Amino acid sequence: MSTLVVVEARGEALPPQALELVGAAQSLGEPTDALLVGSGVRALAPRLPVRRVLVGDDQSLRPYLAEVWTPLVADAVEQSQADVVLFPHTLLSRELAPRVAFRLGTAAVTDCTALGRADGQLVLAKPIYGGNALADYAVESRPVVATLRPRAFPAAEPGGATPEVIDVAVPAASPRAVVVDTVQAAPSAGPTLKDARVVVSGGRGLGGPENWHYVEELAAALGAAVGASRAVTDAGWVPPSLQVGLTGTTVSPDLYVAVGISGAVQHMAGCGGSRNLVAINRDPDANIFRHARWGIVGDYKEVLPALTARIKELKGSG
Amino acid sequence: MRIVVTVKQVPDPDVPPGSFQVDSANKRVVPPTGVAPVMNGYDANALEAALKLKEAHGATVVALSLGPAEARDVLKRAIAMGADSAVLVEDPALAEADTWVTANALAAAIRKMGAEGEPIDLVLSGRQASDTDAGQVPLGVAELLGWPSLAPVQKIDWADGKARVERMTEDGYDVVEVAPPVLLAVSSEIGEPRYPPLRGVMMAGRAQIPSWSLADLGLSDLAPRRKIVRLYAETREAKAELVKADTAADAGRVLADKLREAKLI
Ligand SMILES: Cc1cc2nc3c(=O)[nH]c(=O)nc-3n(C[C@H](O)[C@H](O)[C@H](O)COP(=O)(O)OP(=O)(O)OC[C@H]3O[C@@H](n4cnc5c(N)ncnc54)[C@H](O)[C@@H]3O)c2cc1C
Ligand SMILES: Nc1ncnc2c1ncn2[C@@H]1O[C@H](COP(=O)(O)O)[C@@H](O)[C@H]1O
Repeated sequence: MSTLVVVEARGEALPPQALELVGAAQSLGEPTDALLVGSGVRALAPRLPVRRVLVGDDQSLRPYLAEVWTPLVADAVEQSQADVVLFPHTLLSRELAPRVAFRLGTAAVTDCTALGRADGQLVLAKPIYGGNALADYAVESRPVVATLRPRAFPAAEPGGATPEVIDVAVPAASPRAVVVDTVQAAPSAGPTLKDARVVVSGGRGLGGPENWHYVEELAAALGAAVGASRAVTDAGWVPPSLQVGLTGTTVSPDLYVAVGISGAVQHMAGCGGSRNLVAINRDPDANIFRHARWGIVGDYKEVLPALTARIKELKGSG
Repeated sequence: MRIVVTVKQVPDPDVPPGSFQVDSANKRVVPPTGVAPVMNGYDANALEAALKLKEAHGATVVALSLGPAEARDVLKRAIAMGADSAVLVEDPALAEADTWVTANALAAAIRKMGAEGEPIDLVLSGRQASDTDAGQVPLGVAELLGWPSLAPVQKIDWADGKARVERMTEDGYDVVEVAPPVLLAVSSEIGEPRYPPLRGVMMAGRAQIPSWSLADLGLSDLAPRRKIVRLYAETREAKAELVKADTAADAGRVLADKLREAKLI
């Protein structure tokens, strides 16, 4: 018995969630192996604190297509003989993990927030109904395939013994889909949302894109990343990549400032792990206040300029 | 072009937090009484995308749902919005269907539609259902059919017999071309679903919606792969410290000082 973690790598660094996956795998008490997948990523293998690293490294793997990745990952799972396979809950693996699971004759449990054992059997906890309920699932078929919510599991310590590195064959693929262009949303100034220590998010309460500068100015004063609720990204005020929540990015900053956001469960699913949450909302009954450490009931148009100016003053005075 | 859109009936997710009750003993989530179930939001987006393709390029759109008899309501709504026909997969044995069972039954229904009529070019699904929050069924269907999938997608065009799709990525999107058949899991960025026009509502009232059982689909002993062993709710008692001051602007300044005290700035 062993656990396999799937690491979708790109570039020079391990992806942010890799060590969380290893940490979760180690907590199951069986040997942990990793499958490192990407193009030009082999050099990252020794950095994974696991027993063995299977490497699928080939140019054909980027840009990502499920048609190319699924057979590779499914073969590697069989080769590793893992009975538990853990993926990150990224956009990529939200597609890949279910496809791999079905190819192996099982279904996955997605967006898990905890793993444990009950009566000797593995149980996977997952929020459902947007987070209105939590379900513990037991899976009858093997392997158990799951995607794990970012920031929900403690990261493993890097280092330790060097893993054995094993190259796996990348099946020749002739995908029907062809990526003809890759478009990056204009990177907003400041830190990236996922890793930011401070995030300022705006919601529908801003009233329109012409008011978005209130959020950006506060974020700039705080050195924060900018986020948004789905109401805002759906309306096209800002790119979808800024969406925080169940179907957007998960953040867990030291400080999360929610401006004109009601605090729907699906939004909180992406920011509920913030260590300090500040809510600015006109409605005293807004759900966001149930999650907040500090709140101001009021019109953001009055609150934000004063808050922003005072933060600048405080920062200026050291 | 022939398009199948999978639509699921779900409890209305747009209710105040805390309206859902968790019945731990029966491992069921109980939606608030008196709130009618709805078409899953992302499925409405998927249907809207299909109807736009139909308007621009000509297509037959079939709505497909798996559920109890009441799920006919979402199929009627799909027809009212502009779908040409609908099929309900309905069987007492599906009462406890999980992702595995659902995907197998829907894939079998899509196969049957393709075998009995024009081939299916596109299956459009929602990226996830607001009750299961799984985001799996469409990918399972694609895998079982042996089709490519793209997920999640924010734009779909059709040119030269191919779909041209914007597939979302963590920092933007990819433009992907793919020849049919293909399954696309649609996200809300694709655009607001339309309201059913009155004429559509009247058509939906008259529509005959066939129901297919597992036997009709040639499926027997489909066993769920997973079960819920415990269902519970997280309780949240935390209450914000409300920053009070004479004016909202003053409150903003006081808040800044509090953040400073807490060493957050
Ligand atoms: C399956 C599913 C997945 C979803 N995924 C996500 C997700 O990932 N992320 C997400 O965010 N949502 C998601 N949603 C949507 C979610 O349910 C809510 O609809 C959405 O978060 C609401 O956004 P909002 O808070 O900006 O808007 P609203 O709920 O409309 O809230 C606006 C708030 O602004 C306040 N306000 C108005 N004017 C002012 C003012 N002048 N000053 C101060 N406050 C003001 C109002 O009091 C109100 O509380 C999902 C929904 C479903 C069903
Ligand atoms: N019972 C069902 N009937 C029709 N479509 C479904 C059903 N269950 C899931 N789907 C489709 O699959 C998508 C994702 O569902 P899920 O995997 O449960 O999150 C939904 O948005 C629907 O398009």
